[in-house]
Amino acid sequence: MSQYAFNFLFITGSFAIYLIIALWTRAGSTSEFYTAGGGVHPVVNGMATGADWMSAASFISMAGLIAFVGYDNSTYLMGWTGGFVLLAMLLAPYLRKYGHFTVPAFIGDRFYSPAARLVAVVCLIIISTTYVIGQMTGVGVAFSRFLEVDNTTGLIIGAAIVFFYAVFGGMKGITYTQVAQYVVLIFAYTVPAIFIALQLTDNPIPAFGLFGDTQDGTPLLVKLDQVVRDLGFSSYTGHHTDTLNMVLFTLSLMIGTAGLPHVIIRFFTVPRVKDARYSAGWALVFIALLYLTAPAVGAMARLNLIQTLFPSGTQSEPIDYQSRPEWMQKWELTGLLKFDDKNGDGKIQYYNDANKDYAAGAAARGWNGSELSVNQDILVLANPEIARLPQWVVALVAAGGIAAALSTAAGLLLAISSAISHDLLKGAINPYIEEHHELLAARIAMAVAIAIATYLGLNPPGFAAQTVALAFGLAAATIFPTLMMGIFSKRVNSVGAISGMVVGLVFTVVYIFIYKGWFFISGTNSLPDTPDNWLFGISPVSIGAVGAVINFAVAYAVSLATAPPPLEIQALIESIRTPRGAGAALRE
Amino acid sequence: MVVQNDTAARGAPVAVDSTNEERAKKYWRANMQLVAVLLVIWALVSIGCGIILRPLLSGIQVGGTDLGFWFAQQGSIITFIIEIFVYAWRMNRLDHLYEFDEL
Repeated sequence: MSQYAFNFLFITGSFAIYLIIALWTRAGSTSEFYTAGGGVHPVVNGMATGADWMSAASFISMAGLIAFVGYDNSTYLMGWTGGFVLLAMLLAPYLRKYGHFTVPAFIGDRFYSPAARLVAVVCLIIISTTYVIGQMTGVGVAFSRFLEVDNTTGLIIGAAIVFFYAVFGGMKGITYTQVAQYVVLIFAYTVPAIFIALQLTDNPIPAFGLFGDTQDGTPLLVKLDQVVRDLGFSSYTGHHTDTLNMVLFTLSLMIGTAGLPHVIIRFFTVPRVKDARYSAGWALVFIALLYLTAPAVGAMARLNLIQTLFPSGTQSEPIDYQSRPEWMQKWELTGLLKFDDKNGDGKIQYYNDANKDYAAGAAARGWNGSELSVNQDILVLANPEIARLPQWVVALVAAGGIAAALSTAAGLLLAISSAISHDLLKGAINPYIEEHHELLAARIAMAVAIAIATYLGLNPPGFAAQTVALAFGLAAATIFPTLMMGIFSKRVNSVGAISGMVVGLVFTVVYIFIYKGWFFISGTNSLPDTPDNWLFGISPVSIGAVGAVINFAVAYAVSLATAPPPLEIQALIESIRTPRGAGAALRE
Repeated sequence: MVVQNDTAARGAPVAVDSTNEERAKKYWRANMQLVAVLLVIWALVSIGCGIILRPLLSGIQVGGTDLGFWFAQQGSIITFIIEIFVYAWRMNRLDHLYEFDEL
């Protein structure tokens, strides 16, 4: 069987499962559409949250981010998991107790202000839309590489599948497909990792292999540090960036993760408050299976790549371009891997040509610049081929990448469509809308959101790569502080909350635009994006944590200067704080 | 009988005599203490041991590198999981002790 046939079989097979689930889970009420009827088992919800949370970025990009940088990018590992601690202890149980369908609905009620609800809707739509673009482009890339169809066809097939289970099943359909997608993606991620860990370290558990010894007895990380230094790169385990930005970036990812609406709404689907607490723990268990494997995959893939290029060691000559492995030839076709024979010797010299201390040594070896450029996103997808694993493993990874992107896209699309049908249509325009009309409106909003996301996936705005900073920065600076104050403070009032959100939003967006270009249009940045121009040396990607602090400060200051919230709101806060009396999520 | 066993195993409610408002206050205070302790640990393992305190831990070797690297790439994640389950377990107990558990 050819590799193409394997890929086709695995991808269509996984799609068939998603479609069967779509037929089996149709939402009959708004409660089922928005919260799956509130009866999801906490472990099942934990698994669905894992797939909801782990996006194309976690599955495809994260190991590459760690592989090519090393220790300094541990920020992603800590940031994208640490947020669940905040979510579990500060938000999820209380929002579950309150028992509403959407995040803006809570903000609107708690701050007794339709305007606060509208500001929250705006923040939610900006965050979720920027996030969904990356998922859609990820689907397109995976399809074009593994099924050799063009980007457009692949993306439209993916969107059609999401359409079936998300439009008809709502949260109910999305929940059970996400469970299936979690299973597909975790197998796809760990199976090749186990093979590679066995090849390199004789240990079947990649997370142990990372700190284990290679077959010649040297610890894996010692060997990796040595070969990357030999080629002029900075050491893998060393700390090379500034500590302040590492701390702030980690905090921004943590706070941002806890403030992402599509993750928060997953906790509205469990029956009780105590289930919401446990469910967050289960979610992190399922997420950790991938997140503990990712740094091992990164380190092992980097070592494998260098050993492929320098089979007799970094002190000897690299391989000839003509005898390069097949996976390199395939990825060259996509343009994500490029060879440029700068010194014309037909060999692939790969090293850090930006390192001035290394330049003399490289020149002495007759090297004239690094000749290979590797896009870090191909690492996980190419990994099984680099390690020469069986064809079915390659196909499994293809299906896993698509599952990761689709499951996150569906969660985001639900957050967007429920904000439109429940918060805008029912909340602001027609509060007396009948339930079956609202359900229809939710379905139409979902269909429109899928169409827009598909369009944006096909024509990604130039800023697609920058949007992660924006989505997390905004979630950290707007949604998280407002929700937290809504629960933990009886003093913060509507004016305070709205001022906090607006100032947090404007501050974060403006700070990012000043260095990254206004609306991400390149060349329009007001200051060069270099450390000496940053305010107090804080990078624009790390600014979300500062935005959060500003939101808290402004909201408190303004609230203290104005009247406290009415008594019935204070009573509402009291009731949110204790679990007794939590029913299923209510329809207003 | 079943109820008695259940009470014996999980501890009797401590605040049966106090008013609803007082119970709510005590419950909230106990909750805040628990969360404060867990958040300190949360920051200590990640921002602390994983980043700022790494130079101090550089003497402790772990599999080819130092303890700070391990905390940054594995230790913090494992601690986070334990923390959430401890939180869920302790809070569910507090709910019961202060009679705020779901009926």
